[in-house]
Amino acid sequence: MRAHPASAQGHGRFWVGLLPWAWMLFFFVLPFALIVNVSLSTPDLAVPPYVSPFAGTTADGAPAFRPDPASYARLGDELAALATPGADRPYLAAYANSVLLAALTTLCCLLLGYPFAYRLARAPEVMRNTLLMLVMLPFWTSFLLRVYAWMGLLDSSETGLINQALLGLGVVAEPLPLLYNTGAVLVGMVYSYLPFMVLPLYANLVKLDLRLLEAARDLGARPATVFLRVTLPLSLRGIVAGSMLVFIPAVGEFVIPDLLGGGSVMTIGRSIWDDFGPNQDWPMAAAVAVVMVVMLIAPIVLLHRHGRRAGRGA
Amino acid sequence: MCEVSLDIGEREIFALLGSSGCGKSTLLRMIAGLETPSSGRILLDGEDLAAVPAHRRPTNMMFQSYALFPHMTVADNVAFGLRQLRPRMARAAIAARVDEMLELVQMRAFARRRPQELSGGQQQRVALARSLAREPRLLLLDEPLAALDKRIRQQTQFELVGLIRRVGVTCILVTHDQEEAMTMADRIGILSEGGLVQVGTPGEIYERPNCRFSAGFIGETNLFHGRIEGDRLASSDFPQPIVFAAGAGASPPSGGEAWLSLRPECVRVHRRAAGDACVAEHPGENVAAAEVAEIAYLGGRSIYHLRLPGGRAMIASVPAAHWGETAPPARGEPVRVSWPAPDGVLLLR
Amino acid sequence: MSGGWGGRAWVLGVYAFLYVPILCLIVFSFTAGEITTRLDGLSLRWYAALARDTELHAAVLLSLRVGALAATAAVVVGTAAAVILVRAGDYPGSRFFLGMMSAPMVMPEVVVGLSLVLLFTHPALAILGGRGVAAIWVAHTTLCTAYVAVLVASRLREMDRALEEAALDLGCPPLKVFFVITVPVIAPALAAGWLLAFTLSMDDFVLAAMLSDPGSTTLPVLVFARLHHGLKPEINALATVIVVVVSIAVLLANRLLLGPPRAAAQPSAARGG
Repeated sequence: MRAHPASAQGHGRFWVGLLPWAWMLFFFVLPFALIVNVSLSTPDLAVPPYVSPFAGTTADGAPAFRPDPASYARLGDELAALATPGADRPYLAAYANSVLLAALTTLCCLLLGYPFAYRLARAPEVMRNTLLMLVMLPFWTSFLLRVYAWMGLLDSSETGLINQALLGLGVVAEPLPLLYNTGAVLVGMVYSYLPFMVLPLYANLVKLDLRLLEAARDLGARPATVFLRVTLPLSLRGIVAGSMLVFIPAVGEFVIPDLLGGGSVMTIGRSIWDDFGPNQDWPMAAAVAVVMVVMLIAPIVLLHRHGRRAGRGA
Repeated sequence: MCEVSLDIGEREIFALLGSSGCGKSTLLRMIAGLETPSSGRILLDGEDLAAVPAHRRPTNMMFQSYALFPHMTVADNVAFGLRQLRPRMARAAIAARVDEMLELVQMRAFARRRPQELSGGQQQRVALARSLAREPRLLLLDEPLAALDKRIRQQTQFELVGLIRRVGVTCILVTHDQEEAMTMADRIGILSEGGLVQVGTPGEIYERPNCRFSAGFIGETNLFHGRIEGDRLASSDFPQPIVFAAGAGASPPSGGEAWLSLRPECVRVHRRAAGDACVAEHPGENVAAAEVAEIAYLGGRSIYHLRLPGGRAMIASVPAAHWGETAPPARGEPVRVSWPAPDGVLLLR
Repeated sequence: MSGGWGGRAWVLGVYAFLYVPILCLIVFSFTAGEITTRLDGLSLRWYAALARDTELHAAVLLSLRVGALAATAAVVVGTAAAVILVRAGDYPGSRFFLGMMSAPMVMPEVVVGLSLVLLFTHPALAILGGRGVAAIWVAHTTLCTAYVAVLVASRLREMDRALEEAALDLGCPPLKVFFVITVPVIAPALAAGWLLAFTLSMDDFVLAAMLSDPGSTTLPVLVFARLHHGLKPEINALATVIVVVVSIAVLLANRLLLGPPRAAAQPSAARGG
């Protein structure tokens, strides 16, 4: 005789599942299949501006599949031109910029956020919620306006806030060119993504059993050793989760490079945006997006694994 | 879970006793309709419940966690089942019944409170009132006292039994606590590995266990393993073959494997002078020389941990009065243990 | 680093990093001049400009409407998804479902936006009505559903299953159990999910910009356009209003959602037997 929970039976569950399954399949998975489809299309001066590989027919009138690999070929050509110095490789440069920026953002968020989250997790219990809310509060206010705030702070003219301060203190004689460069974008990204690093780190560190640290101290380990051999390994999951939560969306970021980078910082997000908008080359935009998602699969899987394990361990 | 066949009489309190993971909660949940057996029938007054969904069954359950709805008052919790009745019960009738139920468990003063504002014992009483409100034909109690503090558990056992008897409802209770089962139940069913190994009153099971599992699960016991030779059990644990009294049934087959269960209070312990031969004074008696290994003094009686010549340990529970004016033997002293054959119970599995 | 002053200074430094830019926005919203980073006298002229800005009012109203509709839809779809995630156990496709439900949270917005544009402009799907408010609503609902599902699923996992079983046992039919027991018990998570979805929708620029048509300018789309066409302290005034409104809302939500402890809804002790 075997038994199973009675509530698991019946058709109720099927109907409950139908809504999210249908919604996500139609509005998330299908659109993604369309990206792949369009990435194999030919640009065209039409509405929408591409000819689908399924559009033509064979000689006997049956529907045919004629993919146009031109968009991917452009990316391939840039890759092949790596050996040629001085060649123009706009897409490759955008990929490299994006990954580098995302990696730097992740690193800065980690260096800034880990000691912060550690202190927060050790704060008196009555204060923790308030302190955490103070981290979240900027996140709830408009993202665009927070980036805008940095436009004012970093402004390269003498009216820029940081320049005003530096000039006023006599540190510099001429205003510094702070805005519209990679540094400005990095500051904006770290600023915007910091909460995504702090929250998983905090959630992890707050569960850390302090007795383990005391035990390590008791066994004669110096504070630095305790940190490196006990605290750090135990918070690895929080570090991975936080890093992935910052890195993955940062790779595709569009707004911050656009507003703080000016014309100088090209990223994948901007390149997709430009091909989609002004250039009207949707197949190219789609191909660039497909390659980016393929690149992000490894970190996404890593995040998923750690998320699941953390969920079980909690 | 394997085959379980059970008959429970009207107004009876029946306890399903077993260690955790033995499937006793699953059995209870099947009766409630919260789990579906892949085969088998559940008959209540001759009606098969198997196809009846949980919310239409005439049974009610008190959950281990009490499962009081946190967003409702105590009164609303008790009224919840009544409000589901079809045809609808009149509001006034529901209110009256809720009052009656809360009065029964002495919780009327708390009707407007939320469950999370109550103590564990109070929550347990509200949960009982809630499961009795619909006048179930069968009341199911899942580890009714496991969530309570050990201190108040014993008193609550008596209260709970008193209430159930007053209401006169048939009741199945599931527990892993043998003391709880023996205190509360008219009959006990012992579950092991999904199967029912023995059913009987607490006395029957204690005095006449039918297998090693029952004997060890209810109370403590000394078990001797050996082979049957006529009316004796040849055990390497005991100096000579053990005399046993065959039960009412057919005498057990000679040469077969068997165990003898001997309750600690059946073991008689006497001081032994040096050179005492330790031979039986009459044919129906088992006797051996032993040595006191440890003594646990428990007030009215003491538990003696004894060592037999082969090194085998044995426990005996000896009332303080047994020693009279003489001093009881101390640790390391030689003693003589004995018991009459009928006190041992022969077990074939 | 656990040491007193160094650690405290670090925490204060990070908070300063988070809040100084916002404080600057607020301070310069009161300037009487035209420059967004200099106080040329104090005035409320930019708040007055804000009050007269009908284009902005229309964008705010549209954002509020889309936000409310998307949040509501996301709570419905996300809760259904959470029920399946937590209660359906293993079935063919259950892992795919988990992946599909969590992917929108990490997928770069430009990719999600592009994919939905392709859907809404697909010649075979003209029935969807092309780009516009409805498309933005769908995009926001899809994004927010993932967040709501995660939030509600974690609450659902903590909930004592025996509560639902007790209701069934007391004669309540399964569907009714969901509405009279499950929903009230997970209500804080539903409310938090709604608020999170609403904020995400109000704040989204990329999806809204890619899916908007001339008649559907949400607040972030309008603000982005204005940031590209010369900065005015009016935007500082707008930011100040938003910061004040959001702070009050977050404080209230914190009181309402975290205030009353719900002890009995905690996970039950392991079931014996």
